[in-house]
Formats: sequence, structure tokens, C-alpha cells
Amino acid sequence: MLTRVIGSWGNVQRVPHEALSLRSRFDPFPRLSRTATLLPFGNGRSYGDSCLNAGGSLLQMRTLSRFIRFDRHTGVIACEAGVLLGEILQLIVPAGWFLAVVPGTQFVTVGGAIANDVHGKNHHRVGAFGNHVLSFELLRSTGERIVCTPKQNTALFHATIGGLGLTGVITWAELQLQPITGPWMDVESIRVTNLAEYFDLAAQSHDEFEYVVSWIDCLASGKRAGRGVLQRANHRADDEQRREPRRGNWGVPRAVPVSFVNSITLRVANTLLYHRQHTKRLRAPKHYQEFFFPLDGIVHWNRLYGPKGFYQYQCIIPGDSAEDALRELLTAIAGSGQGSFLAVLKHCGGIGQQGLLSFPMHGVTLAVDFPNRGADLERLFRSLDAIVSAARGRLYPAKDGRMPREMFRAGYPRWLEFCQFIDPRFSSSFWRRVGKAPNA
Amino acid sequence: MSRALIIGATSAIAEATARILAQRGWHLYLTGRDPQRLEAIALDLKLRGAASVNFQTLEANDFAAHDLMLARADAALHYFDTALIAHGTLSDQIACESSFELALQEITTNALSVVSLSSRIATRLAARHSGTIVVISSVAGDRGRQSNYVYGCAKSLVTTFLSGLRQRMHKYGVNVITVKPGFVDTPMTAAFAKGLLWSKPESVAAGIVSAIARKRDVVYLPFFWRPIMLMVRLVPERVFKRLTL
Repeated sequence: MLTRVIGSWGNVQRVPHEALSLRSRFDPFPRLSRTATLLPFGNGRSYGDSCLNAGGSLLQMRTLSRFIRFDRHTGVIACEAGVLLGEILQLIVPAGWFLAVVPGTQFVTVGGAIANDVHGKNHHRVGAFGNHVLSFELLRSTGERIVCTPKQNTALFHATIGGLGLTGVITWAELQLQPITGPWMDVESIRVTNLAEYFDLAAQSHDEFEYVVSWIDCLASGKRAGRGVLQRANHRADDEQRREPRRGNWGVPRAVPVSFVNSITLRVANTLLYHRQHTKRLRAPKHYQEFFFPLDGIVHWNRLYGPKGFYQYQCIIPGDSAEDALRELLTAIAGSGQGSFLAVLKHCGGIGQQGLLSFPMHGVTLAVDFPNRGADLERLFRSLDAIVSAARGRLYPAKDGRMPREMFRAGYPRWLEFCQFIDPRFSSSFWRRVGKAPNA
Repeated sequence: MSRALIIGATSAIAEATARILAQRGWHLYLTGRDPQRLEAIALDLKLRGAASVNFQTLEANDFAAHDLMLARADAALHYFDTALIAHGTLSDQIACESSFELALQEITTNALSVVSLSSRIATRLAARHSGTIVVISSVAGDRGRQSNYVYGCAKSLVTTFLSGLRQRMHKYGVNVITVKPGFVDTPMTAAFAKGLLWSKPESVAAGIVSAIARKRDVVYLPFFWRPIMLMVRLVPERVFKRLTL
């Protein structure tokens, strides 16, 4: 048996796994040792332990990377589950199509995007990734192959979207794309001085702009809490030729001895980011790569956090209580002096969630990275948990490596219903920590 | 150059190479053993931009089938100018030690079939006074080691054969490239623990495509295997036989 030490994006845990792979989507279900459990592993961009299966097997899905069909008239694409979203964009953008939903990195697999029902800056308009999945094939440990669509094997379809890889192996999927004219975006950046202004501006932007997201300075407190830069954008309707931006191909070496994210670098960076634009409002065309995936130009930026790694805390607060809860969260974070320059605020819309365990709901989501400082950080997280729970919010499993079991169950009331769709040979570190059926 | 015959197209290195050629709009002809996988790969390559993709099944050890396959490839591609021979198996050394039949089979697959294919391809390209033959050999062929000398000796045969073929073909303007990958993370090597020396099939593929364009003779991929193998070859046999490599 081959064991490989595999970690996730947050680099907090690196644990040995039995590493398995398939040569093609036609391969039978891999043979497991008698007691071992399996979890599909895409490109390892989940932050915590939802993509890990400590002591068990990981099925490395990147080898399933073939395109199957692309209809240039209807914008329907079918591909194997290990294809990266970036590879799809390379193929479809020149043909005048774009993925209906992209997360903040293009280095995730199609299977991973479905299993986490990822969302993007346009959630308020089109919902999450799962809202645009037309069908997929699920390979179960019994050897059965089940094609799921919104009309066929419906229950398994909704369990698998956002199902964290626990319902079987997605071998291929079929996606509906959106038409575009060209690769350019019309982007408007507006400096926002506080949280109330953010809420006003976000509300105004949602009708006119497909994409709305806000970077915020998580060190600002008091009257300035929530200051930041709101970005809103649409795909440009012209197909004028512009010089494509040169993508930096920077890398971060494997052995960064200490975290580069500390209270000094953080304060400097956040102040620079806030004052980067001199004017209140800035309007410019941006290439889609630059707008959607600003961090993808720095390969392994996660290593900047040093050998101890980092956590991302991403919560969503439903509906009307959001503004008060967010103010409390930002106050607690600013007061702790922890946090990072990657703090993002985004309104999610009310479009029906596809998955039993989908994260997005109608409300506001906040995501903040934190260098791993052990017990200090966990204390802060506990106080944030209390605010989120009181506001009936929940945390995002794709980013989580520590949420308490009760919080998961309260946040995802359909988790018990979900349990019946789990393939008995599948498990993950995350699931053993938060989900596992009560009598198991 | 834009018409490639790829033998062993379902291998990870060959598929990664074919993807690069497809993106550049090449015409491709694929062979392999599994028709279902060949068809899936062919469709993928077509979507990635290949001007045309055809395929057929081929049992590399069925030497008598080689000429017919080459005739078909020539017909489909309107005469190929590049041939990549990438099929192979990673021998189970321990099993080969106690079974000559198995060792013979491994040597047939990894060496004799390559001799048959590259000879026949050379004849065709020599008549056209141009073209490139690329063959995946291995660093394992540079010196026999107890852990895999059956596989190693087959690759060594390939390397030596190609060295002679390269000389003979030079006057015809046909370029013969010996590719010696080091450890590559593919399904063929799934059972090995991976360390720093391992590379991805995509990077080996990029090296192969650049070797074709630059008309190289012998390439180690990645490059650092050249000095490593030089040192491995320099160790005196008296010392080498005591090592556990």
C-alpha cells in the first residue's frame, strides 16, 4: 500500500493517506482494503480538512481530465470531474462562453466545485455552481454508476451538490455556460468608509451589476469598521481587442520559515490596499483573469503563512440581522489584532440552493484569513462562533478545519437527511469531526 | 511538422504530449490497446484544438500488424512527419527474477516492439527525406540496478538501438530523439512513494515538444537527470555491486 502525506490549502494538517487514482472514467471502483474508507481529492484547494481522510484513502481525481463534449451553440459542456475550471475557461472564452459561476480561484476541479457547491461574486444573480449543473455520473462503492440530473435520481443529485464528496465519486459532469462577448470586464471600484455605506451601496449595485464583492480592512474598528473597496462589474459587451495583462508567474518557496502575515505587515498592507485608489470611484476595463482570480498569479500564496499554516473563517449571516451581526464580528476581529489582508464581504441572493448541505443562503457572507496561532486563535473563533450562531448563521465546510459539531448541525439542519445518501465506504476527516451519524 | 503518429497514446506522458500538439492544431493518429479510452482521448484532443484525430487499437507485440497500422496512419494523416513511440509496461522485477517467460514478455513489449516499430517508421521517413522519430526510453536504461534491471535492460536496448538508428538516419534528414524521463508521477508508477525527484507528465510532455522543435538527440527530462545519471554511470562496478539502489 502506498501512503502519501497530503495536506490541504490551509497547510495546518498534513497527514498520511493511501493514494489511489483512476486512469479513466470507465475504470471500475478502486479496490479498498477491508476497513478503509475513501474520499475523492480534487486539486486540494479546500482550506481545512473537508478534502482530507486521515488514515484512509484519497482518490486523486486530477487524472480524470478529459473534455467530453462542448456545444458551441447551446453553451453546454461535458467533461471529466478532474478538469480544472481554468482549463474550461481556456477552451470556452475564445468561443464566447463563460462559466455561470466561478469561485475566487480557477485552480479547482469541476468535481470539487460541485462537491462544495461553490459560489462566486454573482451569487445574488444566478445562485451557486450547483444551480448550473445539468447532470453528472456518480460511481458508488457497489460499482453502480448513477446518472443524476434535476429530474432523474433527484435525491442523490441534491445530496451530491455540496455533498463534500461523501456520496460517491463524480466521474463526469455536464454544465450550462453563459454567453459573453469577450474576455473583458467593466469594473468599478468604489471606496467605502464604513459598514452602513457598504450595505447601501451593495443594495444599489445588485440590480445593475452581475458581480459585486467587497474587500474590507478587518483591522478598522469603531466608526470605520467595514471600510474597504467595493468592486462591481459586468461582462463587457464590446469585443474590442486590448492587450491582455501579463500574468505574473510568481511562486512562493516550499520552506517559508515564519509567517509573513503578522500585525505589522497586516497594518501596512491593509492601509495600502485601502488607499490604493486615490479617488472615491474608479472605472476601468479589466481582463477576467485579473478580476476573478487576482491571487492565482502567485502560485502557492498559502505558503506565505509559514509552516503553521492558516485558517479561513467564512460565515454567512441570513437576511435582516446581518448588519448588526457583521458589526459585532468585525469589532471582535479588529479587537483581536489578528486577521489578514484577505477579508471579503459579499451578499448572497435568494436563488434556491441545490444541495442539502449547500453553504450559500440569502444573506451576507464574510471571509477572513487568519495565521494559525493555536489557542489564541481558537479563542477568537469561539467568540465569532457565538455571534454567528446567535444570528442563525453558519460556517463554510470548504474553508473549515475546526468548527464545533453542534455548530455544524445547527447550521445545516438537513445534515441527518443527508446521512442516508452517504456511500458507506466514504468518509472524510471533516465528516468524522462534525457529521457522523449519532449512533455510528 | 504538424502530423503526428502517437503509439501508446493512453500513456500519461503520451496523452500530455498530445494535448500540447492538439492545442497547436496538429493532425493526430493514436494507437493503444483500449478502444474506449482511445475514443475518449481522441474526443478530448479534438476539443482542445487538434485539426483531426483518428485512432486504432494496436497490440504492440503483434509485430505483423505494425505495417498495416503505419499504412493506415499515413493514409489518415496524409503521411505523418512525427512519430512518438510511448507504449510500455513497468516490469515487476521480483516476478521476472523467477519467471524467464515474464522477463521475455517485458523485454518484448519494452524493447523488441520498439525495434520493430522504429525500424519500419524509419524506412518510411527515410524515403521522404524528413521527419522525426521520438522514443520514450528511460534513465533506467543507463545502468542496470537490482531493483529494475529487466525493465532497465529493455530500455538500454532501445537507447543503443536508437543511437545507431540516429546515425543511419542522419543522412536522410530524419531526426531520432531518445527521451529519458526520470521518475514520472503516472498511473504506471502509482505504487511508488513520491519524493522531490518526481515530476509531472505535463512537464515531461513540454520537454518532449521542445525537443522535437529543437531537433535534439538525447534528452533527459527533467534536465537534472543528466548529471545524476552521469554520476551513477561513473561509480566503479566494484563499488556499485555493493549498493542497494
